Amino acid sequence: MTIVFKEESFRDDFTYSNSDWAIQRFPFPFDKDSYMYSVNMERHVPVQAGSVFEAAFDVDEHYVSEMRDRALVLAEDPLRCQSLPHMTLAGWDVLELIMTSKAADYPEHFELHRDGDTWRWINRPLGIDQSFTFLDETTLPYGPLEYITRQAQGDFAVLDQRDDNLWMDAGMVTTQADWSLDFDIGMNFFEWHAPVPKAHEMGIFQRALQYLLNIRQGEPARRLNWTMTVNPLLDTSPENYHKWGVMRGELTPENIGQKLHLRVELQTFYRLPRSNGLLFPIRCYLISLQDLVTVPKWGRRLHRVIRDLPEELATYKGFIDNRPLILEYLSKYDDGAPTSPGIFPD
Amino acid sequence: MSGGANFQVTVFEVTPVNDLITRFSFVRSDGGELPRFSGGAHTVVEMHDEGKRRLNPYSLMSDPADTRAYSISVRRDDAGRGGSLFMHRQVKPGMEMTISAPVNLFALDLRARKHLMIAGGIGITPFMAQIRQLSMMGGRFELHYAARSPDLAAYADTLLAAHPGRVRTYFDEQGQKIDLEALLDGQPLGTHLYVCGPKGLMNWVLETATQLGWPREAVHSEEFLAPPSGKPFEVRLAASNKSVTVDEHQSLLEAIEEAGVDAPYLCRGGACGQCETRVLEHEGTLIHNDHWLTEEQRASGERIMPCVSRFEGRTLVLDR
Repeated sequence: MTIVFKEESFRDDFTYSNSDWAIQRFPFPFDKDSYMYSVNMERHVPVQAGSVFEAAFDVDEHYVSEMRDRALVLAEDPLRCQSLPHMTLAGWDVLELIMTSKAADYPEHFELHRDGDTWRWINRPLGIDQSFTFLDETTLPYGPLEYITRQAQGDFAVLDQRDDNLWMDAGMVTTQADWSLDFDIGMNFFEWHAPVPKAHEMGIFQRALQYLLNIRQGEPARRLNWTMTVNPLLDTSPENYHKWGVMRGELTPENIGQKLHLRVELQTFYRLPRSNGLLFPIRCYLISLQDLVTVPKWGRRLHRVIRDLPEELATYKGFIDNRPLILEYLSKYDDGAPTSPGIFPD
Repeated sequence: MSGGANFQVTVFEVTPVNDLITRFSFVRSDGGELPRFSGGAHTVVEMHDEGKRRLNPYSLMSDPADTRAYSISVRRDDAGRGGSLFMHRQVKPGMEMTISAPVNLFALDLRARKHLMIAGGIGITPFMAQIRQLSMMGGRFELHYAARSPDLAAYADTLLAAHPGRVRTYFDEQGQKIDLEALLDGQPLGTHLYVCGPKGLMNWVLETATQLGWPREAVHSEEFLAPPSGKPFEVRLAASNKSVTVDEHQSLLEAIEEAGVDAPYLCRGGACGQCETRVLEHEGTLIHNDHWLTEEQRASGERIMPCVSRFEGRTLVLDR
């Protein structure tokens, strides 16, 4: 399928929006009318043609504009992309995985030609035609991880596996829900999850780590995570909290449908072949409440989830103060009718 | 099966290396490429031996970048349960087999400034692939390789020729022994130690390293246990509502699988933790043979690793 790439912004005038196509394929994260943490992993295999779960690395109408936004973030703050010295091999693993997947899933947009270690990569949407030598950093304008993740939507944490733990030793993080690669770099799985409430006591992280350590080559896994963001901001980083934190006070009953966005992360997990590292892509999807309620099932269900969410979670996810306003808006779309199981629209 | 992705392969070559060791290479039966892997990874080879299904892990020893063929080396164990004898006697070029995707439980720590490797006998195989990987990356390594005799030191000549000054051999028959304390004492900061071989060698190296104050996270080892034989016993699988008998030369995991119950596993050698199973009830003794459970977990009697562990007593009920 040929994707029409939109011109839009994720800052200043916020012209970001979803087409009807993008709304229908939005990864709504709730499969029932309530939410609690769980190790909600499943195998990352294609389901439902046209959904965001079809390709290994989903490309959508926001691709070109998202990559432009990433370049702006990096120009201001180069530390959003880091790779500790021992992670270069993993960076090449990531480059190979993304290039081969995109070329296979979107042949009209991406091409990869390989002759031994002599590679040629064509990225039509971004106008790139790059010949280089695989495993030779001097033949690319950036290191392998930065090079390819400047051309792939979503954040990428690259985890080293050792001592029965995972270590955040490389990454590209510009579209994050309030965490910082520069702060977390070098931390292990328990350290970087320390701020999350409740889940430690529930033993969630111990089980999740065990699952992740055993992810095998060729058997990627995925899960969804979510929060709420005022304005379609990709970069809600701690580094820029002074810019976006204040926006949370700008919601009114009149503008909430347009300004408040459900932010969903499609998190996937890939074992990397050469380095034995684990790639953790975190792809952010944003949808305004007014677009979301055009799917009646989602409007009903989101109202019930937000209404019944424990206070700690609403606080952690940063919308406790706005919860009454959100419920006032969403309640208009909840007629109390039962909802069907699963995440897809009826 | 619960072990994950598999490949149908054709045995390409069977090469006797010495009196005890034979090398097998596999190519994909559909002509496709095998995945790249990281040095130290193993594959699980499925064998069908007179009605018995065996799944044995073997370290991949070929070049990790070679996607055309995988190689393993198998040491014949005349007193073992029969997996190595099957490989030596039954497996011929052209035969079709099933092997698992690579899994690495013995990976190089890529932060290391130097990789110090100690191999004993057939324990050389994971190092073959690791050395290839380090050669490709320009990594610094040193291999100390102990074997009974020059004739039984598989691949020693190749390694010595390819990496002069980095490989040293020691032969028991000639009274040669690694001067371990001196070796471990004289290493530069940032060195990681890797050991693979028979139990005696492994324990000696690991204990000496601990005594000399090597940090735990700088010491890496791998030992695949063959499931030990033992007295037959009965087990009740509560979740599947089945009772099975575990034969003398069969592992608990194999008996569970034979009963048609799909149980999780990965390494089948007591190392990875994937097959950990809850013990609901037992009257008797759990014989823990794994490297996975902690002393406290063993003492609690609430967990068992069915790939290598057994039971003696009246009643055993598992949550499976």
